[in-house]
Amino acid sequence: MGAGLRTWLNVGVLSFAFVVIIFYNGMIDGWNRQARHDTRGWEVGAGQLWHPEYDRYDPFSFEEAHAELSPDMQPLIKRDVLVPVLLEQATMYPQGRMQGVVLKGIRADQKLLKLPTGALKSKDDGVLIGKRMARSARLQTGDRLLVRWRDKNGTFDAREFTIARIFDSNVPTIDNGQIWLSLERLQEMTGKVNEATYLVASDAYEPTDKGIWEFKDLDYLLADLDAIIQSKKGGGMIGYILLLIIALLAIFDTQVLSVFRRQREIGTYIALGMTRWQVVKIFTVEGSAHSILAALLATVYGIPLFLYLDHTGLSFAMAENTDITIADTIYPYYSLGLIVSTVVLVVVSATVVSYLPARKITKMKPTDALKGKLQ
Amino acid sequence: MENSFIIQIDHLTKRFPVGKGYFTALKDISLSFGRGEFAGLVGPSGSGKTTMLNIMGSLDSPSQGTARVMGQSVSELSHKDSARLRNRHIGFIFQTFNLLPVYTVFDNVEFALLLQKIPSARRKKMVMDALEWVGLTDKAHSRPNMLSGGESQRVAIARAIVKKPEILLADEPTANLDAENSHHILRTMQKLNEQLKTTFLFATHDEKVMQYLKRKISLRDGRVEKDEVAETINL
Ligand SMILES: Nc1ncnc2c1ncn2[C@@H]1O[C@H](COP(=O)(O)OP(=O)(O)O)[C@@H](O)[C@H]1O
Ligand SMILES: [Mg+2]
Repeated sequence: MGAGLRTWLNVGVLSFAFVVIIFYNGMIDGWNRQARHDTRGWEVGAGQLWHPEYDRYDPFSFEEAHAELSPDMQPLIKRDVLVPVLLEQATMYPQGRMQGVVLKGIRADQKLLKLPTGALKSKDDGVLIGKRMARSARLQTGDRLLVRWRDKNGTFDAREFTIARIFDSNVPTIDNGQIWLSLERLQEMTGKVNEATYLVASDAYEPTDKGIWEFKDLDYLLADLDAIIQSKKGGGMIGYILLLIIALLAIFDTQVLSVFRRQREIGTYIALGMTRWQVVKIFTVEGSAHSILAALLATVYGIPLFLYLDHTGLSFAMAENTDITIADTIYPYYSLGLIVSTVVLVVVSATVVSYLPARKITKMKPTDALKGKLQ
Repeated sequence: MENSFIIQIDHLTKRFPVGKGYFTALKDISLSFGRGEFAGLVGPSGSGKTTMLNIMGSLDSPSQGTARVMGQSVSELSHKDSARLRNRHIGFIFQTFNLLPVYTVFDNVEFALLLQKIPSARRKKMVMDALEWVGLTDKAHSRPNMLSGGESQRVAIARAIVKKPEILLADEPTANLDAENSHHILRTMQKLNEQLKTTFLFATHDEKVMQYLKRKISLRDGRVEKDEVAETINL
């Protein structure tokens, strides 16, 4: 293989590694941004105030986790700065089957969360469910649904509701196994008048004296989401690290060959008055220039590709059955940090694999190099 | 007395490891060269000419005895100092020309000056002067693969001479050239020797080269057989 062809092959593979690394991480970062944005908009707002007993992963905690809303909270609730939510464990019977659900009471006229709670106003017995819940329980708008729960005294009570609206959200944690209904209705049903389990805060909320309520910030509330998405990042890393390693091996191999083939040139450099370390530097810079060329080549076809994807997004419609927050279409997000760190990673590793074979030059005798007779 | 010699070889022996033992390529050689000489090591292939030239160029060092170049013993020089000695004071010309293929003629000639960190304007003038000496100013921007053998060797001469070194070492410079080109480059070197007072030392077994030498040192099996002042052709 000619040196020119080899060079372009190396540069091609390396540039592909560049594009894949940036593309993959850009997708994950774009997903992360969208998921955080959606989760804020649909579920967590700018933070939440929790009843000290509340544990979002333990439905049995809901029984104890409720308290009265103090009078000084009322104006904040009126202004949508705080949106109280009351939780209650219940059982529903869609088409005669039985399924555990969580009833979630929320004010019909709240505007903070994207939930279409306006639909709860019109009908007395109207409830909201998400598309995942609708699919799994095979429920449609207008269907009647029997729900049974325990009241304050522990005795069972039951009522029929109508599905007023099925909402479409990318956030599965407000959807699966949940029925949203009017806060006043749930308070009345459970006898927990003027009580809530947690309150969703808007950006306007300033944590002051909160009484028993504990403020949970976004870092806390989104930690699980971040962890899931970061783990996806790690999974994909294996793929592109492999690609990068292939590219680096090719550069390494080219360097070994070029140090071998160009002995006479090496000898000439030394005869012209270079030290052997200076020659090592020339070869190392030459090898790492592969990565610079690759970065340039990657921009040539990568930028149009990235811009196109940024415009159209990438369809993930199939992913909507998962329990992870993911949009139908993900718009990748390419941060400066991502691009800079990828360039640094590729250039540094290409320099290292170029240096290792070039180091052999320091062990050469210049007279042998000039004869070109080293093995 | 000592200082008037630019190169002084004293009881030099050079051995190369071969298998379990040694091969002695140079045996107890004592020689000295004054400034401005136009001398040659002559002898059959394998007689030790290249080995001798390499030691005088500080690319190799003696196994025994001393070789002093510009007053410095080559076996005592550090890598850095020996590189500096070559860069500033010694020019090499090889049988195979050894031009750097990816660079232009101009860049090839400029190379040694870059190592010396000479400012660009002065560098440019020095390179063009050197190309003028060898009659190749019009080829400054050609690449080595565009040149004939004779032109390539003239570029190599320009590259060696551009830094005005005290010593120029030429190992079989005509071996890959036809008669006409051989005479051309020899006349060029003769002229440079007269004008710049550069010391020229050849290693050759080419009769054409020998005609030009003012001093001929015959080597045989690593020993000096004859050291004679020669009849030269004058032009
Ligand atoms: N690095 C080396 N290792 C072993 N033998 C060598 C080495 N370099 C030269 N020789 C031997 O030393 C002798 C002289 O070589 P050289 O100086 O190249 O001769 P010339 O240039 O006169 O043809 C030859 O026999 C050659 O084989
Ligand atoms: Mg020889």
